[in-house]
Amino acid sequence: MRHRTAWQALGQNPLKVLGSSWPWRSFAYLLSGVVFGAVAGAVLVVALVAGVVSLVVLVGVPVLLAVALSGVAVTRFERWRLRLVDLDPVPDPHRAPEREGFVGWVRTRLREPATWRELGFTAVSATALWWMDALVLGFALVVPVLVIMSPLDDPGAWPLVIVGLALLAAAPYTITAWAGTRAAVTRLMLAPRDSELGRELTDVRASRVRLVNAFDAERRRIERDLHDGAQQRLVSLNVMLGLAALDTEPDSPLAGRLAKAQEQVALAVDELRELSRGVHPKALTDHGLAAAVENLAGRSALPVTVDIRLPRRLPLPVETAAYFVIAEALTNAVKHSKATRVVVHARLHTDVLALSVSDDGIGGAAPQAGTGLVGLADRVAVADGRLRISSPQGGPTLMHVELPCH
Amino acid sequence: MPLTVVLAEDSPLMRDGLIGVLTRFDHQVLAAVGDADALITAVREHRPDIVVTDVRMPPDNTDDGLRAAVALRQECPSLPVLVLSQYIEQSYAAHLLDLGSDSGVGYLLKDRVSAVSEFVDAVAQVAASATVIDPEVVRQLLNRSRDPLQRLTPREREVLALMAEGRTNAAIARELYVTEAAVNKHVSNILQKLDLHLDGHGHRRVLAVLTYLRA
Repeated sequence: MRHRTAWQALGQNPLKVLGSSWPWRSFAYLLSGVVFGAVAGAVLVVALVAGVVSLVVLVGVPVLLAVALSGVAVTRFERWRLRLVDLDPVPDPHRAPEREGFVGWVRTRLREPATWRELGFTAVSATALWWMDALVLGFALVVPVLVIMSPLDDPGAWPLVIVGLALLAAAPYTITAWAGTRAAVTRLMLAPRDSELGRELTDVRASRVRLVNAFDAERRRIERDLHDGAQQRLVSLNVMLGLAALDTEPDSPLAGRLAKAQEQVALAVDELRELSRGVHPKALTDHGLAAAVENLAGRSALPVTVDIRLPRRLPLPVETAAYFVIAEALTNAVKHSKATRVVVHARLHTDVLALSVSDDGIGGAAPQAGTGLVGLADRVAVADGRLRISSPQGGPTLMHVELPCH
Repeated sequence: MPLTVVLAEDSPLMRDGLIGVLTRFDHQVLAAVGDADALITAVREHRPDIVVTDVRMPPDNTDDGLRAAVALRQECPSLPVLVLSQYIEQSYAAHLLDLGSDSGVGYLLKDRVSAVSEFVDAVAQVAASATVIDPEVVRQLLNRSRDPLQRLTPREREVLALMAEGRTNAAIARELYVTEAAVNKHVSNILQKLDLHLDGHGHRRVLAVLTYLRA
């Protein structure tokens, strides 16, 4: 079906509405609403009175508790019934009970705002909505039928048959319109609030943070394995080759081959060191952000002024995020900016790390240009931080990042 | 002159290699240990001519060896210390340069051990109170944007880098294919531009320069 709700279906060609299932769905929705509303209203009124009366002998307490929680059951049914005229399910606003068992369930439900909102809806539904449904059905169907039947008593009133038939023809529109309105109101009242949805969003964010932290831990492990394993072995191997070379004739072919081998091993060690530094900069964990960035600056192809003054070591995830942001920014500056110098500045303001990387280059850095800015923004977002870039064509480029440290 | 050495290196393979190199040149390894605590105990017990230690070692597997070296040096300021590392990063060398200039100090990449003769020379130099900093590390130090260095000409920076490696003026002259007089001129220019004064002690000059660079 192209239309998702009865209300949307009304917007199409009026004749098509007649041919669709929507008037029938709406009719079923309103009729079941009348029946269910009347029954639920009666049961609740009886229970409420019985509960209050028997309150003196304490039997009333569970009865009143049941009344208070009745909204949960009523609205669950309402949400299910709603799908007659609104194809998209309304999510349940309740959260899973904190503890197992019936008592745990009751405790959790009583503390949720959603429970009381649902009780409110049930009260409105039981006292007002069902007879309004009845009224609409009455006007739309019963009145035209009565009008059509009036010539039976008074044959001279036959023109009323035409009026009655016209009214009956209009009934599907009236019913669908009211059902659509009622469904919209119901959805509005029964759908979870943003704060209740926010809980799920927070969960998703937490899992992203966990993922990044696990990723960083894995990088530290790989760096450690490289350092303790392959790097160490290759260096030892080269020492042995060096010792062997001592025992050869200085200008013999063997000495030449050993020297070649040593060169190759030395290159492999260099490459491995470069690799493991990219995986995880050990100086970051050992000496902190300022020292690690100084090291980075020392290797950069551009002159980099580092001005990082922090009163203490920051949490490892913050240091790691800040380090990779700065590293990426320096790489960008070298690759794209045509800058002649870069300044890295960082301070801790209460518990927010504010850092900026600026260069005197040609500007024009944009996330769309695929300059690694997107990955950088993702890093910052996971750390709950903020990234702002000013990089007009012609430069200069200033990148400002704020990372909370809590 | 044979030296007595206490060695700390957690990788058995590398430890054997180092012992092999040192004994090959008639130095005596009094103790070879695998962690920072054992290093401190062994040095107190043996009083060696020089300590050669790895940076990353148990118990913490961070820069334990470096910290042990600094602690030993504070305990005994005349003890020469040579630190071997897989890291070019200047932040590691910086800890050593904070030690002061009373006796030998060295920071070399582990790779240098494989150039066996040069490495043994470096050990001897440090034991003789010189300062030896790995050329890779020196390059990083010089690469930084610092105002006093901006005043140096590219040639003077080149000379400074060679000085920082512990070379004599004669060696620098050979390396750069210039006369020793020209190098002398460069050196006095550098020291003047960096507000340092010649005092005749080569290693002190180097250390002063490096300390100035990383300050």
